[in-house]
Amino acid sequence: MSVFVDRETRLCVSGITGREGTFHTLNNKRYGTQVVSGVTPGKGGQDVEGIPVFNTFHDAVEQTGANTAMIFVPPRFAADSILEAEDAGIALIVAITEGIPAHDELRVYNHLARNDDVRLVGPNCPGILSPGKANVGIIPAAFFKEGNVGVVSRSGTLTYQIGNELAQRGFGNSSIVGIGGDPVPGTSFIDVIAAFESDPETELIVMAGEIGGSAEEEAADYIAEHVSKPVVAYIAGFTAPPGKTMGHAGAIVSGTSGTAKAKQEALEARGVRVGQTPTQVAELAAEIAGSLAR
Amino acid sequence: MDLLEYQGKQLFARHGVPVPKGVPASTVEQAVAGADELGYPCVVKAQVLIGGRGKAGGIKVANDRREAEEHAGAILGMDIRGFTVHEVWVEQASDIAAEYYASIVFDRAAKKPLVLLSTQGGMDIEEVAERDPGAIAKLHVDPLLGFQDFHARRLAFDAGVDADVIRGVGALLTKLYDAFVGEEAMLVEVNPLIVTADRSVAALDAKVTLDDNALFRHPTNAELRDVSGEDPQERMARERGLTYVKLDGNVGILGNGAGLVMSTLDVVAQAGGSPANFLDAGGGAKAEEITSAVEVILSNDAVTAVLFNIFGGITRCDEVARGLIEAFAQIEPTVPFVVRLDGTNDKEGRALLAEADLPNVHTEATMLGAAEKVVELARS
Repeated sequence: MSVFVDRETRLCVSGITGREGTFHTLNNKRYGTQVVSGVTPGKGGQDVEGIPVFNTFHDAVEQTGANTAMIFVPPRFAADSILEAEDAGIALIVAITEGIPAHDELRVYNHLARNDDVRLVGPNCPGILSPGKANVGIIPAAFFKEGNVGVVSRSGTLTYQIGNELAQRGFGNSSIVGIGGDPVPGTSFIDVIAAFESDPETELIVMAGEIGGSAEEEAADYIAEHVSKPVVAYIAGFTAPPGKTMGHAGAIVSGTSGTAKAKQEALEARGVRVGQTPTQVAELAAEIAGSLAR
Repeated sequence: MDLLEYQGKQLFARHGVPVPKGVPASTVEQAVAGADELGYPCVVKAQVLIGGRGKAGGIKVANDRREAEEHAGAILGMDIRGFTVHEVWVEQASDIAAEYYASIVFDRAAKKPLVLLSTQGGMDIEEVAERDPGAIAKLHVDPLLGFQDFHARRLAFDAGVDADVIRGVGALLTKLYDAFVGEEAMLVEVNPLIVTADRSVAALDAKVTLDDNALFRHPTNAELRDVSGEDPQERMARERGLTYVKLDGNVGILGNGAGLVMSTLDVVAQAGGSPANFLDAGGGAKAEEITSAVEVILSNDAVTAVLFNIFGGITRCDEVARGLIEAFAQIEPTVPFVVRLDGTNDKEGRALLAEADLPNVHTEATMLGAAEKVVELARS
């Protein structure tokens, strides 16, 4: 098992004919993901190395049975593309695009919230990897193997760092989910942790958060009430000064809220162990896995 | 991006939010001419992106030409908590009967705009929130529905606005919401929102934060960026498309991906070092961008050692190595570098560095090891 993407995933890529879009689509296909189609308005009828391209998501869904969309178009077109995918009946939309205007994200989020049959992951995220099954996005799959640790993170490269430290200690992953660093993520830590809780393959959950917002604090409350599996957390940004956006649009300490320390305290108060470094996260995971085995 | 008060007021005025008449000025002559045109009394207000201007002496009432000249002369060039005043806003004085507070914030937790209204304006709203939380009326607005008249009425009644200005305050909130959505702001704040002696309402101050990601749709707003207060290194980085934040320490840092760079700063601090900057080279950075980034990092004289922490996904480690080699050819840095390369094409990257044999460049296998090494080198 795994969460969100697996062998049943039938992927359609919006922006498949762009340079980056083509590159990552083919990477995902090589990994074994079923990439069934792409969408680029005006290029319907063409193909990208055998993958058929359509003008609209509606055509792609009708003719190729796509159930998952990956959004690779530039920021000014991304919100529209997400809305089109939802309108065409896509169940899972993974938005890689970085730099989407915040008000666009707000409208998309509130519109999608009215449809229980759709999930948006991202925007500004590295995607989802279920090792051995499917890769939707830009996560370098070669570093990860199948296993029982579920990873959820706001940051791409930090996920690779933590995943690599886990791999060096012999851990594999059920799924790795990047929820993205924007102010309005479609899928929250809580959504992914809930999915890992009900996924039989996942035995241990690692969440990597960062400064800004209150998603980690909300996750802490949720974990205390609803999660039976062990959770290890990491928070990036202890040294971040207030009022400065640290790369991610969502990563900003405003006033007294959103600091790494406040997040760490909220998590520890709910019994979640927090590693101080990516290395320590892997050590904590190893310790917990050892006690699970006994 | 934060706007100066007068820029915010001009933006409000475009959406019909009532604001007092005023003129921006960057010289004493312009300020006096503006004051003459507006008539006396008028107010000379320092335009800086920091609060507490009044207490610092940056807001003064001028009753005649001589006072306008005196105040403009004193305020222009003044330092307010580290910000130099380059511009003043000369504004018609208002006859204030009451001071309210209104704002609209982009509420990330609720994922909806949040509108706030209080009759206790003119002071720090955080203090009001702490002392008397019931004094602030709050309402979330469904962004797909927009701000309706009933929203305005509920807020006005909840806040206890004087009965005769409920309509006026409601109309102002509606226009403020138009500005928030139309200009794609993350925050619009009016403190104080005044009720005048003749019972009309106006925004006497304006605090506006715009969404940088939406500026491509608002070219006139994009031109408002105040570069005078911007750190020169941060400006250089922005112009080169790099995400750079200057910090107080001496360890220069370059990484790929915001989360990993934040984590790198933390690990360097835990190793006993002090980061000089945050620099995210971004996903898929090419050699030229890396070279450019090295230049930005080294333009800060405080830097005594530099750490590269790369975990390549879409970024290729061989490109990073080429960028560093090119930077050595162009800039000939004198400080030591510690480089940690993992991920896509890491072997190629490490091989390139070994072959180039750059002076004082050390490679480390792990993030922790690299952090410890750079801290040691930064000290010596």
